Amino acid sequence: MSILTTIDQVVLLPEALRRDFPILSENVLDGHPLVFLDNAASTQRPRQVIDAIARVYERDYANVHRGIHTLSERSTEQYELAREKAARFIGATHAHEIIFTQGTTGSINLVARSWGETNLRPGDEILTTVMEHHSNLVPWQQVAAKMGATLRHVPITDDGRLDMDTFAMLLSERTKLVAVTSMSNTLGTVNPIAEIIAQAHAVGALVLVDAAQSVPHMTTDVQAWDCDFLAFSGHKMCGPSGVGILYGKESLLDSMPPFLGGGSMINEVRLDGFTPAELPAKFEAGTPPIVPAIAMSAAIDYLQKIGLDAIHRHEQALVQYAYEGLSQIEGLRILGPAPEHRSSLVSFAFERIHAHEFAQVLNDRFGVAVRAGHHCTQPLHKLLGLSASTRASFYLYNRPEEVDRLLEGIAAVQKMFAPQGRKRRAQ
Amino acid sequence: MPSEEELYQDHILDHYEDPFHRGSLPTATHAHEDKNPLCGDVVRIELQLDDGGKIVDAFFNGEGCVISQASASMLLEKLQGKSIEDVKQFSAEDMLELYGPRLTPNRQKCCLLSWKVMQSAVHSPLERSGQS
Repeated sequence: MSILTTIDQVVLLPEALRRDFPILSENVLDGHPLVFLDNAASTQRPRQVIDAIARVYERDYANVHRGIHTLSERSTEQYELAREKAARFIGATHAHEIIFTQGTTGSINLVARSWGETNLRPGDEILTTVMEHHSNLVPWQQVAAKMGATLRHVPITDDGRLDMDTFAMLLSERTKLVAVTSMSNTLGTVNPIAEIIAQAHAVGALVLVDAAQSVPHMTTDVQAWDCDFLAFSGHKMCGPSGVGILYGKESLLDSMPPFLGGGSMINEVRLDGFTPAELPAKFEAGTPPIVPAIAMSAAIDYLQKIGLDAIHRHEQALVQYAYEGLSQIEGLRILGPAPEHRSSLVSFAFERIHAHEFAQVLNDRFGVAVRAGHHCTQPLHKLLGLSASTRASFYLYNRPEEVDRLLEGIAAVQKMFAPQGRKRRAQ
Repeated sequence: MPSEEELYQDHILDHYEDPFHRGSLPTATHAHEDKNPLCGDVVRIELQLDDGGKIVDAFFNGEGCVISQASASMLLEKLQGKSIEDVKQFSAEDMLELYGPRLTPNRQKCCLLSWKVMQSAVHSPLERSGQS
């Protein structure tokens, strides 16, 4: 590809770090090197994280916060250390502002149910956007219906950015919460979160940031944002599935009732009632995702060693390169804004060729794993006049040559499914 | 794992590009539409059934991948002129066999969408005014 010259090799991460990821050298598809471009759905894990999982189970595992025996002490210490690391990772003031959940979805549901069912009144408004993942839409639909609150949606501009003028118009004293993604999993758009939070706070509204797509790819600072709630997942940042984090400001979490009831979240239980535990235990009923949380902190160590800014620069170079390559393909429609307003992924659609065909042929013939479908953003796809799109999403281990492979595959799919004047044969 | 050459055999692409009875059927007595929630593929089937439960005519419309649309075309070609009883007898396995290439579980859903719609369509009479 001639456009290879446009990529700034200096900003790329060393190719050697691919060796940290055992799956990248697996023979997944006979004869094809794996080109994994489905990172926005879930990333792969480095040896350092896989080893951390094995190490806990082999040496340090027991339930946390229960026993006084050595193994329980060890696992508790590591679990709480993981909380402290996560707090530092996103710039939180206190470790007890970090709640381990089962993922971003679990984190958002916790706020929707605990905060929403306590604070929302008929006539109140929740403001979200048309570019949200289903997990930042459905919980608010549920709580709005239950509490008689109204859900409003910020539209997007023609180029797929949040329409900030309309956002400002929709904000009012009735707005109690703004639920917004920091980065669209379909458009790739990076939203101006600091500005959104400042405007929301000006009318007295809280802000929940769905940061599942941004935390793995760029530096996050909840204090700089003055963020009220932030939700993200371990499995999109080299960590295990089954663990995520809810960050909440101490004063907010303190004022909220427990969401799930059970062990750990109590101070005292009588037959006729209970008193809840202090933070963070109050929101961690039952045995938590112990090993996933510890392994997530190993992922945080791994990412911080490389550096979030370096990861971001690397991905910006890749996404710029992919964007330019895709822009040259006739008939291809790129969803979302120009590279300077996006990060780490690019989705596209063709008028005549369904996303499934791309995903299938890219996989079978080119070893390229991409996502095909609606990416859990059905309302956004409907708005764009599409039922499905194809998404290539990058992470720290992807290389420009893999983008070339993607572009090569797309050209082959176009050729393969071009109308050829075929006629159905008699049965 | 099937290769894409097998998946997209010529006779399948023929059906995709030159489908059997794609369109709507003004004389339809029965119809049903459904989508695959995973990917948004849509298939609608319209049938004209006679009093004896025979499919006098059948048309489909839809939007989706090659597998979902070609399989709809193949299914209708197969069941045109057959009876409701024949439709009931025609199993999911029969549909996958009719399609041909072996499909992974996720792609089987694409192939079976039209089959599911057909099974419901024969039990979904259209409301018509002024007709017996």
